[in-house]
Amino acid sequence: MPASEQLTPTPGQTVGPFFGYALPFEKGGELVPPGSPNSVKLHGTVYDGNGNPIPDALVEIWQADSNGNIPDETGSLVRDGYTFTGWGRTPVGNTGKYVFSTVNPGPTEPGKAPFFAVAVFARGLMNRLFTRAYLPEDTEALENDALLSSLEPARRKTLIAERLADGSLHWDIRLQGEDETVFLDFHAEG
Amino acid sequence: MGEPVKSSDVAADNQAIVSQEIRDIEEGYQAARAAGQPAEIQPRVDYPPYRSSILRHPTKSLHHTDPETIELYSPAFGHQDVHALESNLTIQHGGEPLGERMVLRGKVLDGNGRPVAGQLVEIWQANSAGRYIHKRDQHPAPIDPNFTGVGRCITGPDGSYEFLTIKPGAYPWKNHLNAWRPAHIHFSLFGTEFTQRIVTQMYFPGDQLFPLDPIYQSIVDQDARDRLVARYNHDLTSPEWALGYEWDIVLTGSKRTWTENEAYGEQGESEH
Repeated sequence: MPASEQLTPTPGQTVGPFFGYALPFEKGGELVPPGSPNSVKLHGTVYDGNGNPIPDALVEIWQADSNGNIPDETGSLVRDGYTFTGWGRTPVGNTGKYVFSTVNPGPTEPGKAPFFAVAVFARGLMNRLFTRAYLPEDTEALENDALLSSLEPARRKTLIAERLADGSLHWDIRLQGEDETVFLDFHAEG
Repeated sequence: MGEPVKSSDVAADNQAIVSQEIRDIEEGYQAARAAGQPAEIQPRVDYPPYRSSILRHPTKSLHHTDPETIELYSPAFGHQDVHALESNLTIQHGGEPLGERMVLRGKVLDGNGRPVAGQLVEIWQANSAGRYIHKRDQHPAPIDPNFTGVGRCITGPDGSYEFLTIKPGAYPWKNHLNAWRPAHIHFSLFGTEFTQRIVTQMYFPGDQLFPLDPIYQSIVDQDARDRLVARYNHDLTSPEWALGYEWDIVLTGSKRTWTENEAYGEQGESEH
């Protein structure tokens, strides 16, 4: 369909300061129960331009399951503890830290680099930001990834999570400043 | 560069200073438009009149990329997640909330005009006195024991949503001295792709606070701003009961090739 026939999207707005009683929900950050077999902790801190943690941010992830299948199950808001729905939402704490209990996403096609799709919201942030958190292990897939290979090395590394000794994935989000996270635009909305 | 960063969270400036900043940005935008620049349809992430935005916006342009497989789908929500009564914000407690009762109805469409069916719509708002049920809201307006201000629903096969609620009040905030937010309802929406995810705010027609509000004005284009303002619809208004407002939401275009079934959403899901 030519662009002229497209409807113009509704603008976004900041999530504001008072989402805390509306958007977060019980076990929102638990895509799988913490400590269950193959569970992985994905965690990090959201920082502002002065390097200070942001206490009123909200992070959402959406991912394939560990086999690379895209979930189509309902039940993210009322989790039954068994169904993997692939979606999670959690506010950061007072120290800007977020935590998800999930599984490593698998490659959605052979040779693809697996990643978490991420949306970031915060008071003071006018519109949500999209980004990705890649798993660090499959270096060949990372080399071949279209997005990563289009970035200079310093920026590229902001999108790759670090695997810590305890098996968890550590990935910080920097809205501004040195090491500003690469944020994505899928629709050339400017 | 080199200038000190303005404090991002201190209400040091008055409305006149902030309003002048808003006007200067507006004039700059008008000049750019006159010089042939395209309309800006999204808010500016770098919008200094909203003080909290100063340290919280990316300084590098968004990196354009094509969505990958997972980003071409959205999480699924169903009636397990959302009870039908959650769309009625006036019955969540023992009594009737105070204020102007309102029906709010609209459709969620994608950029191609297709209905976004079977998807989650979440709203949250202040009560009729302009107070949120949130521990950090210190505005000394009354808390309404019969109003929490949170609602959810799943869109119908035609992308429609409907809430019964109370018109929220304007409230002061500490962006600058004498800063007041126009009455608004926060909306959180999903499309058929993760790339369509947005959070936004719906406003009411004719609000005198529009020119003064840096959050609303962060959308520098008037046509784009107007897309956030609901329309009063007397046909939706019911006698002796509630005023009717209508507001449609358009998400970005979908990049995925749809199958015919998807256009009808999760029909029959409620019969499970």
